[in-house]
Amino acid sequence: MAAVPTRQIVRQDPWYVRVPLILFAVVFLAVMVVGPLVNVFAQGLALGVGVVWQALSHPDARHALMLTLIAAACAVAANVLFGLAAAWSIARFRFPGKALLNSLIDLPFSVSPVIAGLIFVLLFGAYGFVGPLVFGSTRIDIIFALPGILLATTFVTVPFIARELIPVMEALGPEEEEAARILGANAWQMFRHVTLPNIKWGLLYGVLLCNARAIGEFGAVNVVSGKLAGRTDTLPLHIEKLYQGFGAVQTASAFALASILCCLALATLLLKNYLEWKTHEQLREAAKNGTSTDSR
Amino acid sequence: MTMAGRKRRSLPGFGLSLGFTLTYLSLLVLLPLAACVVKAASLSWSEFWRVVTDPVAVAAYRLSFTTSLIAALLNAVFGLAIAWVLVRYEFPGRKLLDALVDLPLALPTAVAGITFADLYSTDGWFGRYLTFLEPDGAVGAFFGPEGWFGRNLTPIDVRTHGGPLAIVVVLMFVGLPFVIRSVQPVLADFEAEQEEAAASMGATRWQTFRYVILPSLVPAWLTGFTLAYARGLGEYGSVIFVADGIPGESVIPPVLIVSRLEEFDRERGAFKYEEAAAIAVVLLFFSLVTLIAINLLERWSKRFEPTEA
Repeated sequence: MAAVPTRQIVRQDPWYVRVPLILFAVVFLAVMVVGPLVNVFAQGLALGVGVVWQALSHPDARHALMLTLIAAACAVAANVLFGLAAAWSIARFRFPGKALLNSLIDLPFSVSPVIAGLIFVLLFGAYGFVGPLVFGSTRIDIIFALPGILLATTFVTVPFIARELIPVMEALGPEEEEAARILGANAWQMFRHVTLPNIKWGLLYGVLLCNARAIGEFGAVNVVSGKLAGRTDTLPLHIEKLYQGFGAVQTASAFALASILCCLALATLLLKNYLEWKTHEQLREAAKNGTSTDSR
Repeated sequence: MTMAGRKRRSLPGFGLSLGFTLTYLSLLVLLPLAACVVKAASLSWSEFWRVVTDPVAVAAYRLSFTTSLIAALLNAVFGLAIAWVLVRYEFPGRKLLDALVDLPLALPTAVAGITFADLYSTDGWFGRYLTFLEPDGAVGAFFGPEGWFGRNLTPIDVRTHGGPLAIVVVLMFVGLPFVIRSVQPVLADFEAEQEEAAASMGATRWQTFRYVILPSLVPAWLTGFTLAYARGLGEYGSVIFVADGIPGESVIPPVLIVSRLEEFDRERGAFKYEEAAAIAVVLLFFSLVTLIAINLLERWSKRFEPTEA
């Protein structure tokens, strides 16, 4: 493109368009994104580092962080399995109802998180269709307990990994896997040595987005958790409680804990950019060679 | 393609992967959603109608629709401009801006909620300069029930915190990436030849944009708009922090569902699960309509993609 100078001149906007538009974009993103982000850290530090330390080391906060990480790990693990199965069946085989299945995967995206929580309360709540699970003398509570939190978190993050894997698998095509089979690989060897290396960047990308959403989930978990401090409080729920509480210390603590989530979000963005670059590179290579490639 | 189709049969794991996919979706998503519909159906038709057309509920739908619509429209306009800047111009910090666009996807909504509530409160960083929007401020009074606008047209609550405007701002934040990320790839792939052809035939820069570039962006633009709108309709975590939660004024449907779930009906000695489910069914219906609209838009926009010979 740079080789033909006239092109650039034709496609170049005049400075009185370019400069105001760039300024607008910078100001808009500064007000809408950077301001709110910086504000979290500033309000967290408003009462000094001591309050931050106190907030972070409080047992309830630690428990909430642990619970959030556990819930996210479980949701990611379940949805990795689901994403692999869904992508394998959709991208590698033809069957009636495929288009419908493809859109059903997206369903949780268009369901309000509160409804995602509500449906599990209706099923497993004390007055629900199923109620708490009872096996002989042991009773397993689902709602206002860990299983409900896991269910709700998994529900809202169902589409993330499948959504990333399906297009990657479709773009790579089945040829390498077929070659592996012809050369005598069994199903597991084919998956382990051909499929997995090919989809790893897409898979990691999906895991990253799924994890970010799972960590931040609020609406669904809010309905099913019961918000018992030190027991069923996740980090976002704990932050809400502190924020709604009285006094400057509570508010600063809420923002201090929110700062952790901000750091996680920023780390997610960094990794996301790296993975996007990797996936693009791989897909570009695949397109160039006309067939799938193992990018190492 | 046909060869590959035949050969695909030779790959293993079809039964296992499809079986797992269907079981997982059914148990985790479809069955629970069906339970919600069944619960709502346990109300009689007149009961159901009374619950979902309750003035507070109707006000909640209206608030949610209008705030999501306004936020999505603003995002559509601003998002197009930002996508243009990110694709077309080179300037220091462009990569950073580009990365920041995704922050709303990665930031927990509750964190967005508390920081927006704080920023736009009357002593927040932004809110302290916007006190003229308060009911007793110059602009706020003009739009209030006593002011000219409120008396002659309709009173609007333009406070930066607690009311509809605060909801619009936070919904703009959560919906920010959608339009930009939909339009960006289309704009990046736009062929230079078409612009050059338009320019060589004497089109001004604006005419080229309006009649050559913009039409090819419309499908992706609409998709982004619909995604942002749908995201706004379902949003809960951030809105509850910025809205006052006054029934009929600043309560959105998901908040209503939560409060119905927690309400105890003394006469029947049970929680109002059915009422919560009824409102949820109405919301599900509206989400389904949006989902179908997104699918139709995507199908429609695919017709505009250049077909490979």
